[in-house]
Amino acid sequence: MTAPDVVRQRTAAATTASAPSGGPAPAADRRRAPRSAEAVQTTASLLALLVLAVVFSVLSPQFRTLSNVVSIVDAAALLAIVTVGITFVLVLGAIDLSVEGLIGACSMTVALLVANSRTGLDLGLVGVLATVLLGAAFGLVSGLVATRLRIPTFMTTLGVNAVGLGVATLLFAGVRPVIEDAGLRAWASQRVLGVTVGSYIALGAVVIGWLVQRYTRVGRYAFAIGGAEDIARLSGIAVERYKVVAFAIAGAFYGLGAVLATAQLGSGVVQAAAGVNFSAIAAAVIGGTLLVGGRGGVLHSMIGVLVLTVLQNGLILTGVSPYAQRAVEGVIVVVAVAAATWPVRHRLGVVK
Amino acid sequence: MTAAPALSVEGLTKRYPGVTALDGMSLEVRPREVVGLVGENGAGKSTLLKTLVGLVRPDAGTIRVRGEPVALRGVAHAASVGIGMVFQEQSLVPNITVAENILLGAEQTCVRTGIYRWRELRALAQAQLDKIGCTVSPSARTDTLTFAQRQMVEVAKVLTIEERTSHEPVILLDEPTSVLESDEIATLFTQIERLRQRASVVFVSHRLDEVLQVSDRVYVLRNGRVVAEANPRTVGAADLHHLLIGREVDGSHYHDDAQKPCDGAPVRVRVEGLTTGGCRGVDLEIRAGEVLGVAGVQGSGREEVCRALFGATRALRGRVTLDGRPLRLGSPRAAVRAGIGYVPAERRTDGIVPPMSVAENLSLSHVDRVCRGPLLQPRRERRLVDRWVQRLGIKTPSPSTPIGTLSGGNQQKVVLARWMLCDDLKLLILDHPTRGLDVGAKSDVYALIRELAAAGCAVLLLSDTLEEMIALSHRVVVMKDGEVVTTIDTPPGAKPDPVVILEEMV
Repeated sequence: MTAPDVVRQRTAAATTASAPSGGPAPAADRRRAPRSAEAVQTTASLLALLVLAVVFSVLSPQFRTLSNVVSIVDAAALLAIVTVGITFVLVLGAIDLSVEGLIGACSMTVALLVANSRTGLDLGLVGVLATVLLGAAFGLVSGLVATRLRIPTFMTTLGVNAVGLGVATLLFAGVRPVIEDAGLRAWASQRVLGVTVGSYIALGAVVIGWLVQRYTRVGRYAFAIGGAEDIARLSGIAVERYKVVAFAIAGAFYGLGAVLATAQLGSGVVQAAAGVNFSAIAAAVIGGTLLVGGRGGVLHSMIGVLVLTVLQNGLILTGVSPYAQRAVEGVIVVVAVAAATWPVRHRLGVVK
Repeated sequence: MTAAPALSVEGLTKRYPGVTALDGMSLEVRPREVVGLVGENGAGKSTLLKTLVGLVRPDAGTIRVRGEPVALRGVAHAASVGIGMVFQEQSLVPNITVAENILLGAEQTCVRTGIYRWRELRALAQAQLDKIGCTVSPSARTDTLTFAQRQMVEVAKVLTIEERTSHEPVILLDEPTSVLESDEIATLFTQIERLRQRASVVFVSHRLDEVLQVSDRVYVLRNGRVVAEANPRTVGAADLHHLLIGREVDGSHYHDDAQKPCDGAPVRVRVEGLTTGGCRGVDLEIRAGEVLGVAGVQGSGREEVCRALFGATRALRGRVTLDGRPLRLGSPRAAVRAGIGYVPAERRTDGIVPPMSVAENLSLSHVDRVCRGPLLQPRRERRLVDRWVQRLGIKTPSPSTPIGTLSGGNQQKVVLARWMLCDDLKLLILDHPTRGLDVGAKSDVYALIRELAAAGCAVLLLSDTLEEMIALSHRVVVMKDGEVVTTIDTPPGAKPDPVVILEEMV
């Protein structure tokens, strides 16, 4: 079946069975210019951030101190780096569930490459670079498997996740490698203007992610592919190639995230980033990088990162049990996702 | 003029299982000429256009561009030889800027080593927009534009192929006016006049008066062939109507003698003030045993009425009663329970579940007929299915064959049988029930419709051709721009000329 056929059928069935990629609007909406749902979304997520900040400020005097703001920024660093990465995948309309496995493998790798308690290596920044490249290689594999073998990305990346955890466990081999590289330890311990070096690195990652998305072909094509893949293909874009590159970019950011996590933990850990995959997807969606693809972007996702981090911080300070926190977080994320997709809900005829 | 035609096709043929979409079609487009193509649905217009941009490979025949034969491999290849198409369903990516869309996949120097140069990109896009005098900003996001603005952007996008060839391009416009308001249409026609200065244009439309107004020559297509070439200066819309419809099928094809009058019959279905996103205040009445046709061009809202009656589209207002009992709108499940059947136009996506068996597809809507309690009774299903396969003459190797492997006609019989299973079918909605079927299968479907009506079922019919609709219906309601315009009686033995209805439609 040719692509225009698909387009046509989707319009014909727009009101009942349009693909979850947000097909064309129903006939009645088509001629009036829609007000930008994305602008509404951005306002809403910023508002949510503000409301959370106000509520916690009222509930906890400790929340509104400068030192707490600093600790929120430091706590957001890892999630920010990972969310920049996953945003590249989500913009395509794909999903990435390989984050934790990939970070596990990269965490062990970087711990063994820099000065550490187990191997005699002392590669320093070269080791860090190699780890980032390893992350990119994992992403490349996810992308290649998904596009060449035409396997849905959620399945592909779950597989890569398992592979990553396996590799990490093999590298772990029962002995934890404690890092002794002073430069890397400084990421978590050294502070400039009160904020850790790691937070500046996260800021750098966000800026780079934003630049790539705004000014490079892969960044812009990712939006076009997420917005209307069939049209992108009809325009002669090598859709598969750019998908693979987007996955590799995401992997590189996870690799960088793994380095930061390892620095914070002081040693290579298989479960270096437990739970971060869910948080990253949630942060992106809360910020407006919807799962349907083509929406949002790095800066949007960062709003979500701040919302989640403020939430976690506030829950601790207001004395909510750490066990209840995950549950509360889960509920809030589901509500936020429902709210985020509400404007396009009537078009999602079939949800799988 | 002695120059080679900008584009010509000879003996172009394309066959699909059960249908011949193009049957040795030949025509030519001369430089800086506007050529109109008219034909009913299924005449081969859209297949021809898709062939000309490389989306469909013809089985036989040649396409020549400026006299040179070409084998088109796809849209990008067609663009490189100077053929571009403005698709009926718009082909712009909604979430990126106008400038990106115009140059998508052909950014040239605006992207160097993978880095975007936005200023250059916008300037180049602006140059394209200026070609057609379009005032849309290149940095606007595409989904904030109106439909008409987006169409202008598409024209600008198509014109980028001028930069890719050293020749004047051929621009194909597929039903560009079907969703535009009259002032927007006027703007489009100004665009076509501008295009004429630098390109050849092929204009496809349902609206004959528009084709006559804008074209230098008109080809009339029917059944995959060119049946006439007309000069708009000497031919009127009425003449075109006759050429379009043709006269070669006799009454037995439609089983005319099986049509029973239904004058005294009680009203089974009453629709009052039905309003959805695509239609306004529609009132209809269908008697027991009556076939009511609904005629209208694209965008008339007739599909909306069908979908709303079946509950597949949300109705904003309106009341529907079946045998005097009110129907809850907005729920296909409620509709099925109330005794409504729906045969959708898009059989492959909406009508059947291709990998499931003939038997499962047949019992899909009335599974209770083959169940005891919550459990499926395979033996009962088998018996029931065997009976229907025999009764309707469905050609299938076995009831457990996946329905996707059957021919279109046999698939459609299964879809019809699905609703005939219901003992108390009150209303059957047929949305283009013979689309894509060959002549024999069409005739079989007609016989089934006659049979259902004779049994007292009310039938609502949408059809590709007026001739088919008139032959099958007792009355035809004409819709235009979402409203019912008029009703025309088409009783057995006194069928009106299709032109009468066509004139109300456009």
